[in-house]
Amino acid sequence: MATVAPPLATPEQIAKYEPVIGLEVHVQLGTRTKIFCSCPNEFGAAPNTNVCPVCLGMPGALPVLNKEAVELAMQASLALHCEVRNTSIFARKNYFYPDLPKGYQISQYDRPVAEHGWVEIELADGTKKRIGVTRLHMEDDAGKNTHDGYRDSDSYSYVDLNRCGSPLAEIVSEPDMRSSEEAFQYLTELKLAMQFTGVSNCDMEKGNLRCDANVSVRLKGAEKFGTKAEIKNLNSFRFLRQAIDYEIARQVGVLESGGKVVQETRLYNPDIDETLSMRSKEEAHDYRYFPEPDLVPLQISDEWLARVKAGMTELPAERRKRFVEEYGLREYDAQVLTATRELAEYYEEAARVSGDPKLAANWVTGDLAGMLKAEGKEIEDSRVSAARLGELAGLIAKGELTGKLAKEILPKMWESGDAPRAIMEREGLKAMSDTGEIEKIIEQVIAGNPKQVEQYKGGKTSVIQFFVGQVMKATRGQANPATVTEVLKQKLG
Amino acid sequence: MNVPTLTIAGIQEGLRSRQFSAAELASEALKFAAAENPKTNAYLLLSEERAIQAARNVDAALARGEDPGVLAGVPIAVKDVIVTKGLRTTCGSRLLEHFVPPYDATAVERMEKAGALIVGKANCDEFAMGSSNENSAFGPVRNPVAPDRVPGGSSGGSAAVVAQGTAVASLGSDTGGSIRQPASFCGVVGVTPTYGRVSRYGLVAFASSLDHIGPFARNVHDAALLLQVIAGRDARDATSAFAPVPDYRQSMQQDVKGLRIGLPKEYFDGLGDETGLQIRKGIELLRSQGCEVVEVSLPHTQYAIACYYIICTAEASSNLARYDGVRYTTRSANAKTMIDMYRMTRGEAFGAECKRRIMLGTYVLSAGYYDAYYLKAQKVRALIAGDFQRAFEKVDALVTPVSPFPAFKLGEKLDDPIQMYLSDIYTITGDLAGVPCMSVPCGVTREGLPVGMQILTRHFDEPGMFRLAAAFERAGGFSV
Repeated sequence: MATVAPPLATPEQIAKYEPVIGLEVHVQLGTRTKIFCSCPNEFGAAPNTNVCPVCLGMPGALPVLNKEAVELAMQASLALHCEVRNTSIFARKNYFYPDLPKGYQISQYDRPVAEHGWVEIELADGTKKRIGVTRLHMEDDAGKNTHDGYRDSDSYSYVDLNRCGSPLAEIVSEPDMRSSEEAFQYLTELKLAMQFTGVSNCDMEKGNLRCDANVSVRLKGAEKFGTKAEIKNLNSFRFLRQAIDYEIARQVGVLESGGKVVQETRLYNPDIDETLSMRSKEEAHDYRYFPEPDLVPLQISDEWLARVKAGMTELPAERRKRFVEEYGLREYDAQVLTATRELAEYYEEAARVSGDPKLAANWVTGDLAGMLKAEGKEIEDSRVSAARLGELAGLIAKGELTGKLAKEILPKMWESGDAPRAIMEREGLKAMSDTGEIEKIIEQVIAGNPKQVEQYKGGKTSVIQFFVGQVMKATRGQANPATVTEVLKQKLG
Repeated sequence: MNVPTLTIAGIQEGLRSRQFSAAELASEALKFAAAENPKTNAYLLLSEERAIQAARNVDAALARGEDPGVLAGVPIAVKDVIVTKGLRTTCGSRLLEHFVPPYDATAVERMEKAGALIVGKANCDEFAMGSSNENSAFGPVRNPVAPDRVPGGSSGGSAAVVAQGTAVASLGSDTGGSIRQPASFCGVVGVTPTYGRVSRYGLVAFASSLDHIGPFARNVHDAALLLQVIAGRDARDATSAFAPVPDYRQSMQQDVKGLRIGLPKEYFDGLGDETGLQIRKGIELLRSQGCEVVEVSLPHTQYAIACYYIICTAEASSNLARYDGVRYTTRSANAKTMIDMYRMTRGEAFGAECKRRIMLGTYVLSAGYYDAYYLKAQKVRALIAGDFQRAFEKVDALVTPVSPFPAFKLGEKLDDPIQMYLSDIYTITGDLAGVPCMSVPCGVTREGLPVGMQILTRHFDEPGMFRLAAAFERAGGFSV
């Protein structure tokens, strides 16, 4: 019964509609061991070696909940401003698939660990919008099926169960997003929150962060939601945007050709940039959820929650705010410096050592950022430590170095790994504090440039910059430009 | 040494006085088991090597003057739904025909640490589903007392080996009566402890919220001692209880004067003549020991069977999903696609009773039916547990029959699942409420068929249960 799909909608047609988007995000919790057994929560081992009777779903084996996984889920919940339930219940989600050795996933159903949260995003016009977080629940991951790459792949699939039992938090949003851009911003903020709290490293390539989207469209002004399709396999930020945009155009195209959107699950294929139907509502699984009898209800006391909360790292938004208020940084710099947890921590250390947070911010976002970019490195791979960068900024603040000298020293620190002071001593680089010597050089410069002296005296005061430049050149940048300017003004009178 | 009459105390005495060594006992017991087994088919496997090695360890410990453990040298059989490292564990199913577990159940580990000799794996109904042991893929077990009759189920093999004397004790599992009913049919002691008292780690799940591991023995003392060893918190089972395990031996020395015994009236209506007669005699015996006997009511009893078959089938449908042909053993040779692998493997290898329960359970959990069946059954379960709680405010123990009738003939109820299900009518409530309960021999019918009396007490009151059972045994002398 193959029917020809209607054409994708034109931009004019799309403009008549409002998309409604909700995301389901799976975050792999960065625990030491798996969620229900003591196997290491790590990857890269030979297939089916990082396993035990529990995660293999062996007959007779039983799950025991990992406390660390619960605490990370609590942190994730708090980072998303969710209410953590005092009692939550694990439930079995039943379905057959070869990568699911128990024949069910241990998840949570009607009583998840946390509910009613939000994530704040910034829209293009600078306004802020809160996206609701419906719930966060814990569950165990499945293994992996491999369908090709083996000699007999035409008749067999291979199953690797190493990933079985890796702890996941599933975070379900409200259908609050109205464009692929908003979805993109939401996922970005969510990822940042997970990284900052140390809940997960959220490496999408490694599958630590996985995303499905529920997409529907309705005529602008309509109250009722349209029929939604669930889009799976959005495994990069770029795919997320592309898949949602494609799906919006497809659904509007269907409606504009007089058709109806059917409720179904669709798979995004990035190779052709299309979503393809995977299964219809009728073919949807009946997971037959029921409370997991092998686990007791998860009780989270107020004391436990408070303890976990107290031990949490500051969230990116809070940190940004603090950078502005405490260090006097500009909003933009605060934003840049909180892009990752590592960068924020690097900056704070440098600021502390330097004693001049604003100056430290300039050096982290300026010269250091440039050097990192040139070598394609992240802040955690910087060859200049935060403390050393802080020392450098501190030397400038104290007047022992000029900015110009510091610009010369930083690459040498990068190369040698030495402290700035060691480089200063080795190379004889330091700010000239002997004003007598500076005066002598200034007098020489004035004497050697009578034409410019006349211009200055004739009222063209901007020519002083020329003299400063000349003096700095003559002192190899060791003179403090402010001092030089002052003395010049006196001498030129 | 006369293997079929040995008790744990007798073995300890024999070892201490050097009448025999543990190794001699092991080989004697294994020889006897191998000779007797064709009569009953109670063992699916005899584990000579493991038993003899364990016996040598016991002898070596004795030679060094060390304490070899309270179960030193005791030949014990393990129901084949309890996993044993390196020993094939079939669950009475074709699906696990070649399954050799890589680990031991906690109960097995604890028994061996206490010096027990694991002599073999006991036959049972497939995945512990049945009341006659006729659902085993490896043939039924015959009742040692009357070979044309069933030993009861699902732990039929575990009861039979003890009755036959080919093991001094055994482990069984009970979900709706699978320890007590066969104990009653075979004339041995069978104990279902409080839910959570014994770790389920290594017990292949049938219905997780109802499954218990428990002991069979020839007398109350031996059963209590075996429970003492296997009971207690296990970090590998989240549902195992933290409550400390008291010394059951102390309670068994106490008399029962002044204990209040409740007879739930719902359990005595429509009770078969022969069974009723024996149970009433048993109650008189308790009265003669100074017990005060009163009638009580457990008003929600009539809903127990329906409630039980919803909860146990629901959980079973999920627990049995893992036998899908991907791992362990059997995969249908005819399967060409993934879906075929599931359908054909499960269609060909599961027996009728398992299929019936998987289908029932899948149905009651289905979208749209969950509230009407599973959720309602859980509410009924809470009411039934409440019945017990209220009864135990008035009495120290409840006494009831174990089964409405003694061991029936092989094949007699095979074609009538409802009749078969009704044979659990007096036992499933104890599982639903999670209270400790046991079957203690209580005379025989005119045909010589054993009748079991059930004793139930409050949660974790195994001491009270054993106290009553031991006093009953002393007064009546029904068991060894």
